[in-house]
Amino acid sequence: MITRGILATAVASAVAFGASHAEAQNTIKVGAVLEVTGPFASLAKQMTNGMQLYMKQHGDTVAGKRIELIIRDTTGAQPDIARRLTQELIARDNVDFIVGFALTPNALAAAPVVTEAKKPTIIMNAATSVIVSRSPYMTRVSMTLPQVTAPIAEWALKNNIKKVFTLVADYGPGLDSEATFKKTFTAGGGQIVGEVRTPFTNPDFGPFIQRIKDAAPEATFIFLPAGEQAIAFMKGFQERGLPQAGIRLIGPGDVVEDDVLEAIGDVALGAITSHHYSMAHESPQNAAYVKAYTDAYGATARPAFTSVAAYDGMAMIYEVARRLNGVIDGDKAMEIIKGMKIDSARGAISIDPETRDVIQTVYVRRVEKKNGRLFNVEFDKIADVKDPK
Amino acid sequence: MPDDVATRPVRLPDDRWHPLEIVFWLGLVTAFFLFPGYRVLGSQILITGLFAVSLDLILGYAGIVSLGHAAFFGVGAYTAGLLAVYGWGEPITGLFAGAATAAIVGYGTSFLVVRGHDLARLMMTLGIGFLLFEAANKAAFVTGGVDGLSGVVMWKLFGVFTFDFAGRTAYLYSLAVLFILFVVLRRVVASPFGLSLIGIRERSRRIPAIGAPLRQREVAIFTISAAVAGMAGALLAQTTQFVGLDVLSFSRSAEVLIILILGGAGRLYGGLIGAVVYMVAQDILSTYISAAYWRFWIGLLLVAIVLVAHGGILDGATAIYRRLTRGRS
Repeated sequence: MITRGILATAVASAVAFGASHAEAQNTIKVGAVLEVTGPFASLAKQMTNGMQLYMKQHGDTVAGKRIELIIRDTTGAQPDIARRLTQELIARDNVDFIVGFALTPNALAAAPVVTEAKKPTIIMNAATSVIVSRSPYMTRVSMTLPQVTAPIAEWALKNNIKKVFTLVADYGPGLDSEATFKKTFTAGGGQIVGEVRTPFTNPDFGPFIQRIKDAAPEATFIFLPAGEQAIAFMKGFQERGLPQAGIRLIGPGDVVEDDVLEAIGDVALGAITSHHYSMAHESPQNAAYVKAYTDAYGATARPAFTSVAAYDGMAMIYEVARRLNGVIDGDKAMEIIKGMKIDSARGAISIDPETRDVIQTVYVRRVEKKNGRLFNVEFDKIADVKDPK
Repeated sequence: MPDDVATRPVRLPDDRWHPLEIVFWLGLVTAFFLFPGYRVLGSQILITGLFAVSLDLILGYAGIVSLGHAAFFGVGAYTAGLLAVYGWGEPITGLFAGAATAAIVGYGTSFLVVRGHDLARLMMTLGIGFLLFEAANKAAFVTGGVDGLSGVVMWKLFGVFTFDFAGRTAYLYSLAVLFILFVVLRRVVASPFGLSLIGIRERSRRIPAIGAPLRQREVAIFTISAAVAGMAGALLAQTTQFVGLDVLSFSRSAEVLIILILGGAGRLYGGLIGAVVYMVAQDILSTYISAAYWRFWIGLLLVAIVLVAHGGILDGATAIYRRLTRGRS
């Protein structure tokens, strides 16, 4: 029985190996570890759209190889599952790249795996500073919170805002964002009159908003994960009459993400944020991107920064595949990625050769209404911002 | 019929190994060779199975309902994870440390839980789960908070086997731990102590009448169950070398309850079968059917199984098995 088992295994694995070997000859596989279901599904949807849009526009063949995208679901912030899926994508599906990761814990859990397997890994959203330092095979095309936060602190100082109340979600990106804002703002003579951290899951913002109102700051600095929480907060902000009390709303752009801006509605008007992408960014590249996105996903679909990062990540894979002539080697791929420049819809971006993190222009924007729809309209910018850490 | 019960000598359950049990365990060993690409998934199924077995001890045997069993799973996971982060990466001792801290927390909280009845117990276990979750979240300087605990470095198992990439060591290690614990627990539930637990489940008011200390028995099994859950958590931390905050989450408590009920409570194997069916189905559905809508199909599967077999898969299978063997004789 034992010998028969071993024989069966040998045959099965030989067949499996033969099959995967034959396939490996003419495909480049991209394994995406994404939060497809659960509370962060909207982020994963944007990212999937971005990747698929790039493949649709540029054809799924590059350097004579077919690009195959395999998407696996982590079901939310589930690091054990994210790690297992990464292992399986590498060991079972023989992928050449690992991409995705909307959330920091999932990316951190996968870091040792991709290091061991030497698989080039592109972080397409997760924005805690520390992630890319955890593996020499990780790079990031999205942003870091300190990177997009510092400009709004400088803007506030320049525009005579001296007293600020901070509210951030209690997890890595939130704490990063809070620390950066406080550092830049107080160094420039600003004063933090109060600070709260809200729970990462299912927060009730009512009491927090009341505390902000009672503290009567000139502005509230907000970081919340893009999506439902932002909608809930903005509604509460309006209902409790903070704008009427003269309290302005500032922060990195996650709370007024393009995808949910219409759902937030007019209460978002006037919010000033700093971020690396707005669908209202004025450039031929972005006009083309928004058009392609709405053509593919419907006239009312709104591309957000998450889709742009995923789109650029896919562009990075195509470029690496071209330069390596279709034969993907982890170390060679990382050498090409370091210093790579991408002509993105958000403006030109590049990858820092030292840190493998993204360098990009950060814009200051105001929520305005144009043709009956809400947009983040850019009015100031700081070029070539690196992660400050 | 009552006469029959009265005159029959009181006997402990037959705890000889049934041939099907042997087939089951050989199957788990064979799976290691048959599906080399699925060993990581396999190890996580075994760990979840062990976790479900720990819940079965209190729910299936003593009838103590719980919506916060992940509390003990998480305590075990963080204990083993933190030990390894702070320089003690030896797996076996880490495993026992996880079990020990979970047992201490289990013993401490058991007095709160066993006081009330079903609804009060649900609330109490739920509350304990939330407390620990938020405590771990707040203590981010120790646990890493929502970002998770990284930097867990495991030493080689017995100084020989590294925790490898393809999950070889993880699978065999998890299987060995599961089997040893299972043999012990199988003996425990077939002992007079185990019988008294069933007595508690069926008619707890009569237990004092036969001279058994009700509360002490409940505290004892709750503590044992917490220790086993802690060991499962420690296994997960060691084999994934990462501890996420989700080890303490309500969704993990709820999932293990679903798995146990799906497999069939009150017979130890239910948790294992439930874990295999639920997680394999989830993997197949989310990989081959749809990464976005697999929950629809798993919902359908749960409804269908419980509709056909009220007591879970094992009950349904037992009914079929009985009918078949009766037909033969």
